Order: sequence, then structure tokens, then C-alpha cells
Amino acid sequence: MILAHLPALEVVVPLIAAPLTLVLRRASIAWALTTAACAISFVVALLLAVEVARGGPISYAIGSWAPPWGIEYRVDALSSFMLVLVSGIATVVAPYALRSVATELRGGQGTLLYTMFCLCVAGLLGMSITGDAFNLFVFMEIASLSSYVLIALGRDRRALLASFQYLILGTIGATFFVIGVGLLFLKTGTLNLADMADRLHGESTDRAVRAALAFIVVGMSLKLALFPLHLWLPNAYTYAPSTVTALLAATATKVSVYVLMRFYFDVFGLHLLTRVLPMQDILMGLSILAIVTASLVAVWQTDLKRLFAYSSVAQIGYITLGIALGTREGLTAAIVHLFNHGITKGALFLLLGLVAYYTGRTPISSVRGLARSMPLTTFGITLAGLSLVGVPGTAGFVSKWTLVLAAFEADQWWLGGIVVATSLIAVAYVWRFVEAAYLSAPAVPSPVPRDRPLSMVVPAWILVGACIWFGFDTSYTVDAARRAATLLLEAAQ
Amino acid sequence: MSVLGHYNYWVTVFLMTAGLYIVIARGNLVKKLIGLSIFQTSVYLLYVAPGKVIGGTAPIIAPGYTLYSNPLPHVLILTAIVVGVATLALGLALAVRIHEQYGSIEEDEILAADREAEERA
Repeated sequence: MILAHLPALEVVVPLIAAPLTLVLRRASIAWALTTAACAISFVVALLLAVEVARGGPISYAIGSWAPPWGIEYRVDALSSFMLVLVSGIATVVAPYALRSVATELRGGQGTLLYTMFCLCVAGLLGMSITGDAFNLFVFMEIASLSSYVLIALGRDRRALLASFQYLILGTIGATFFVIGVGLLFLKTGTLNLADMADRLHGESTDRAVRAALAFIVVGMSLKLALFPLHLWLPNAYTYAPSTVTALLAATATKVSVYVLMRFYFDVFGLHLLTRVLPMQDILMGLSILAIVTASLVAVWQTDLKRLFAYSSVAQIGYITLGIALGTREGLTAAIVHLFNHGITKGALFLLLGLVAYYTGRTPISSVRGLARSMPLTTFGITLAGLSLVGVPGTAGFVSKWTLVLAAFEADQWWLGGIVVATSLIAVAYVWRFVEAAYLSAPAVPSPVPRDRPLSMVVPAWILVGACIWFGFDTSYTVDAARRAATLLLEAAQ
Repeated sequence: MSVLGHYNYWVTVFLMTAGLYIVIARGNLVKKLIGLSIFQTSVYLLYVAPGKVIGGTAPIIAPGYTLYSNPLPHVLILTAIVVGVATLALGLALAVRIHEQYGSIEEDEILAADREAEERA
């Protein structure tokens, strides 16, 4: 009985937990509830993934209104992959919040953070699971509005302006998206994504459809921080509380990439993207610019959180590069990197939060000689940094390897060269941390030794462990990604 | 006919570009939010106007009526309006907090204050 309603539970559990945390007021109870809600979502996501792998896509009619009239929740290989990533990261990050939030936030605001945390997770899960274009917009706004609040909760007053700028750009992005959906709705008379795709075939070169494509791509590019539209991201990641940075960096932009892929391949199809409009070429150009520019900018940063924020912009470039190739291997690489970059950045920002727990801030000067006072944390950041570079034996290597192979297979040898060359720039910015932490004399005054809360250390190391684990065992990531890519390309033909 | 007949789209396009222009061109945070609201409002019109069929009535089956307007866009926009209100409220709340912290809601003054604080640190 309850198993039939798993798709609804996935979203409803964190959504109901959100107001409950607000009513219960006590931060510790709110924290326990948040952790429990995320864990339940994770279990449900795993059950759904097993179910989809065994029996194919699941369609769930909300309120028993049959699609395409009612809202449909649709779980297929790709969306179940996203659900596992989002709920998994949330489950790891939520326990971490307890101590980190207590030190980083003013009293009384802790409870609010948990409320927003639950809402944000519910929104992101909803975006991944829904098969309805307008429902997707509503979930996107739930996730966005709560993440604006989460960022504004940062201790530094600059967090407020960062949040405001993100609110402006994020709302413009969401509105562009909804304009695109509106044009598609006028054209097809339906909001169900699968139904929309069916009706568009044959007349997909219409001007309204082309305009809709442009609006949706620009809107989602703002949300996923594609290169010239990434301006909100560095400040938002730098000034948000550590917990929030880890959650958003690992999930929010990734879900936006997922939405872009859905519309690209499921709704519009390859004919429109390659023959009618040069979408793939534009995306490829922007991706390369993102990778090169953002990597170079990252090298010159003086704050570690900002450094890794720019690195995120570059890594998103690798993901969109895979999408721009438009082949099965390219898409596989994109989806694998979505996952691997999520866990790598999650690990990095959690460990940086641990550094901030001791030093208060994260400028590079504050981590000088850190290897002596915090050897394990330093080692963890180095490991995650290696995964960012793509050193063999780490998750990052698997995705870069898949991407380079995809480039070769598409006869774009030079692209493979760019991927390898830009990985060397990543070496440069990771080296800045390594140099400061291992080779410099300790900062004066050296960080005050405090207790090491297990609730912060364990989640961070789970993600570092995942970076290594998925560097060796690719059976889950690459195979699931390949299934998802095959499905997308079948729909796109 | 085709130019004038599409006047609802002209209004939509005007509101859209005007709103977006205000967001980009103005440095005052509240004015930015006003622009953002106008920009979002244009979308309401984009959805609602085509839903009206001239001579059509509410979709209730009754003798004598055969032409109906589509009610779905209205329902969608009701949701979008709620989202817009929430965004505006949050934006204004942030502007209040920024004013408390910086004593200004002009973007260039805030950025200058940040630069000054950074140089002092």
C-alpha cells in the first residue's frame, strides 16, 4: 500500500518536516527532525532506484488525476539518479549542521535554518521527480526562495547582498523559464513534459518553439551558473554558512543541469538543437570559456571558499561540455560528472566548514601550517582536491576519463586536449591550498584547539570516502549514467 | 489586424523589457525589486490573455453555451502571483536588513562600504 506512494513520499516528507521544525522551535529537535526527514527521503530514493532498475519508469498521478491532465510524477533512470544524489547529500550534510550552525549563526536563527533546509531539499527533490512543466517551476521557486534565505543567514553582512543579488538573478532565471514554458503551453496546450514532447514532434521548428527554447536555456543557464551568467555564485558560496554552501554546491546547480537536460533532449529533441539552431555549438563554446576562465580566476583568489566556488563554475563547464557533445558517451560523462562533482564539492565545503569552525574564516593565510594542527582535515581537503583535478583513483578521474573518451569518440581530439590542459590549471589552484597548509610556517596566532565534533568530522569523511570509492567502483555511477543517457537520446531522436 | 490584434503581446513585451531594464539600470535595491515585479507581471499577462476566447464563457456545462474559455492559465497564474509576492516580500526583507547593516540601499554605496572594510581589515 505505502510502496505505491513512494514517489509522493519522496517530496512530501521533507515538505511536511519544514513547518514542523518551525513549530517545534528548539534547535536540537528541529535538527533531529531534519536529519530524520532527509534520511527517510534517501531510503525512499534508494527504493525507487531499485524499483526503476527492475521494472522501468514509474508514473505516479498526484491526487489520482490521470496525466496529462493532472500532475504526473515520473521516475526514470535519470530522475532516480538525481533523487539519490540530492537526498543522499542532504542526509550526509544534515547531521553536520548541528554543531556548525550553533557556532556560525546567531542564537534563535538556528531553527529557521532547518526549516529552510527542509524546504530547499523538498524543492530540489520535487524538481527532479516531477513530469509537469509548471509544477517544476513551483518547486524551483521553493528551492530558490529557501536558498536565498539560507545564504542570507551567513554571519558576514556581505551575505545579505550576496543573497539579494542571487534573488534578483535567480528570479530573472526562473521567470525566463516560465516564459518559455508559457510559450510551449500556448503552442501545445499541455504542461505534461512527455505529452508536450509528443505534440511538438513534426512542428518543432516553429518560431514560438524556438523562442521557448531560447528562454528556457537562458533561464536555466542562469540557475546552473553557466559561464557568463555565473556572477551570483562566488559571493553566494563564499558568505553562506558552511552547511549551506556544502548543500547548495553539491545539489542546487546539479538539479538545474538536470532540468536543462530534460528540456533539451526530452522536449525539444536533437533536430531542433543541431539542425535548426546551433544550440550545441553555443553551449560548447560557453562551456570551454567557463572551464578556462573560471579555472584561471580561481588560481588568483585569496579566500578558499571563493576559490572553490570559482572552481565550481569551471566544473559545471565540464558537465555542459558533455551535454554539448550530444552523444551517448558525452551525456554519460555529463551525468557521471554531475554526481562525482557533487560529492567532491560536498566533501570540500564540509571540510572547509571544519576549518572555519576553528579559524573563524577561510582566507588562504588562515590555513598556513594547518597540516600540523589539523593533519586529518588537511589530508581530506587534499584528497578531495585531487578528485577535483582528476587524479586516477578518485571520482574526478572517472568523469574526466569518460569525458575525454567521449570527445575522442566524437572525433573532437582537441576537446580532449582542453580537458587535460585545464586539469593542470586545477592542479595550480589546489596547489595553493597544499602549499599553504603543508609548506608554510603556522599562522600566528595559531588556531585555538577546540573539540573535534564527530557530527562534523564523520559526514565530511563519508563524502571524502565516497570520492575515493567511486574512483574505483564505477558500477553504480557509470552504468546508471549510461542507462540515463541512452534513455535521453532515445527520447531526443 | 495582425499588429493591432496582438496588442496584448505588445503590452507583454513592453512590460517585460521595461521591467528587465529597470532591474539592470537602477542601483537602488527597492527600485530593482519594483523592476523585477513589473517583469514578473508581464508573464501573468502572457499566460492569461490567450486563455480568453472572445465570446467564450466559464467552462460550466449548461444549455445554450458551447464556447468556453480555458480556465487553466488563470489557475497557473494564481500560483505564479503567490510566488511573485513571496519573492518580493523576501527581497524587501533583505533590503531592510541590508539597510540596518550598511545604512544604505544604494548598490554602489554598499559596495564602497565593503571595499573600505576590506582595506581596513
